[in-house]
Amino acid sequence: MAEKKGKKKDPKEWRLEIDAERCKGCGFCVEFCPKETLAMSDGFNSKGYHPPVVAAPDTCTYCDMCEMVCPEFAIYATSETHKKDAHLSDEYVRMDRMPHIWCPGCGIGTVVNCLTKALIDAGIDRDKTQIVSGIGCSGRVAGYVNVDSYHTAHGRAIPFATGLALGAPDQKVIVVSGDGDLTAIGGNHFFHAARRNANLTVICINNFIYGMTGGQVAPTTPETAIAITTPYGAFDQPFNIPFIADSCGADYVSRWTTYHVRHLQNSIKAAIQKDGFSVVEAISPCPTLYGRRNKLGDGLDMMKFYKEAAVRMKKAKHTTADAAIGYQNQILIGNFIDRERPSLVKSMDESLKAKIGDKYVGWPEPI
Amino acid sequence: MKADPKRVLTGNHFINGNHSATEGAIAAGCTFAAGYPITPSTEIVERIAARFPRVGGVFIQMEDEIASSICLQGGAWAGHKSMTVTSGPGFSLMMEHIGLAAITELPCVFINVQRTGPSTGLPTKVGQADMMQARWGSHGDYEVIALAPSSPQDCFDFTIDCFNLAEEYRTPVFLMSDEMVGHMTEKVVIPEADQIDLLERKFYTGPKPYLPYKPEANGIPLMSKAGMGHHYHITGLTHDDRGYPVLTKEVQETMMERLMGKINDNREKLMRVEEYMMEDADIVLVSYGISFRMAYKAMEMAREKGMKVGLLRMITCWPFPESKIREIAQKVNSMIMVELNYGQMYIEMDRFANAYCKTGLVGSPCGEVHEPEEIFAGIQEIAK
Repeated sequence: MAEKKGKKKDPKEWRLEIDAERCKGCGFCVEFCPKETLAMSDGFNSKGYHPPVVAAPDTCTYCDMCEMVCPEFAIYATSETHKKDAHLSDEYVRMDRMPHIWCPGCGIGTVVNCLTKALIDAGIDRDKTQIVSGIGCSGRVAGYVNVDSYHTAHGRAIPFATGLALGAPDQKVIVVSGDGDLTAIGGNHFFHAARRNANLTVICINNFIYGMTGGQVAPTTPETAIAITTPYGAFDQPFNIPFIADSCGADYVSRWTTYHVRHLQNSIKAAIQKDGFSVVEAISPCPTLYGRRNKLGDGLDMMKFYKEAAVRMKKAKHTTADAAIGYQNQILIGNFIDRERPSLVKSMDESLKAKIGDKYVGWPEPI
Repeated sequence: MKADPKRVLTGNHFINGNHSATEGAIAAGCTFAAGYPITPSTEIVERIAARFPRVGGVFIQMEDEIASSICLQGGAWAGHKSMTVTSGPGFSLMMEHIGLAAITELPCVFINVQRTGPSTGLPTKVGQADMMQARWGSHGDYEVIALAPSSPQDCFDFTIDCFNLAEEYRTPVFLMSDEMVGHMTEKVVIPEADQIDLLERKFYTGPKPYLPYKPEANGIPLMSKAGMGHHYHITGLTHDDRGYPVLTKEVQETMMERLMGKINDNREKLMRVEEYMMEDADIVLVSYGISFRMAYKAMEMAREKGMKVGLLRMITCWPFPESKIREIAQKVNSMIMVELNYGQMYIEMDRFANAYCKTGLVGSPCGEVHEPEEIFAGIQEIAK
């Protein structure tokens, strides 16, 4: 399914499809199209949103940017020659559950596309992929991905996933959850999984707010930002997630935004190829509860802000300590940490083998 | 299926209840345990940590009981027989995940070596203070299965029973031990492996799609595990047969009727009691766990004094043996619950007995087991 990098697609072999009914009119595809192929239409779909139209089909290079960024899986390139007749996430998402519950302009669907693409590119078998979520908007990812998936308890995706990874070391266990879930109620587990180098990839979708419950302050809400429980502005220092992950010993730490879909996808791919604990923070817009209350515009405006505010980290200049995020201030992005420590499974197995010798019966097989 | 001889320490042992429970778990085929240190349960995970690498099993000490009680569920979905071990305050921390195991219908075992509270209470002393918490501690309605051992031998036997019941009913099962039983050293006879019957997990092997919550004729769905290619969805939200969240009253009702029904409809089958000197009894003591042994002594004292006292021992505490209590209550003058709390199982007993006979409680602030004389005094009081 994946096209080789750098290989130009023959426009004669491809066409763009738009599933207008899936669209929520966020405008991401139109904005992100590098060739101005797409335009918003005046028409409505049955939900009252304006879906895009292919205004200038001849200009399209089939770069997949719209397909990657569309959080609704509504726009995609097809080709009979290349046997692609559906969205890239089609197999990986339970399309029978669409439309999903995420708001127009939310970036969670975009992160799902990046994860899908990363899994395809890394060649990881769907039967060997386990996705675990906690609770909240991002916690609903597990419900939509078409692999063995677990929507667990609030904050507890990581310890559940730790058990799953210990119990089934042949599986690729990926946690996808939100900033509140993973670093507030689940904070302690996050630290310990990083310390142990548990065999997990954690994709932390950070939208700076508790979305599902109505926009309460999160441990990631930048100082002075308005949340419904900090109506006069947040007053305490937020977590710097890459810094925490780094200092607790994670094997791999990166941060991108939903604007940077290619980087995010490649970073997730690198993360899932690690044996130990890898963390990808994906900054993502919550227009309904963070954007609106702080007068930051809609999801598209927030995505444009990420473009302006993003600063690529430079190894010589930055460490994860510089990744703290101030209100509407710079967002340091990049692949911060990539190191090799023995993973939890490896260190447990090798330590037992070394100490117990022949009497060690090895890793237990499931029933 | 019989136990694996490599996992069974056949022979006569002089060990405490906690170590005996560990051997029960190993014999039952438990290959995954997560725990967090808490008195008076810790000997169990200590022995697991030492024994698992030599018999096959993953043990991890997690950062807290919250983590342990959900880590074990990850292990169970990976396809292991899983358990955790705790006591009062740790049990309180596990409550949310007991609800998760109940709604996701996950076979797993929780061993609670009870102390007392509230809060830190008496960490090193005996209590039976979590009996109601085991039944009602997590939010929402659900049914549980709980067994109470009275001796180290019971700890071995009942732990195996807990694992078998967990598989049979796809539900969390509790071994409600206590500090005294856990720390008491007695003879434990571990039989030959071929004398130990184990229930195998029943996996779905039919065509796709697999519907993780489509029940079989007995009301219990077949299991899957990570990597079988079923691409199932498991959620703590109200769900339909597909495992998909559906947040309506109708789906909630269908799901709840089945969740409650699979235990409730088998109450009689699950009920395990022992009756002592009941033939002519007009006062009946009801007890469980360590308190049963004290109650037994008090019954003997009363019999020596010529009082017609019998004793009902509850092995299954949940589901509560309500039909047995009702049956006895109709024949006797009074029933007395003997337990190490201020009356937890008493409430249940009273509920089913008070229409027919007098009911009484010999409770305790906990910290020490009852002196048989205290129980005898309770008998004399109710006989007045």
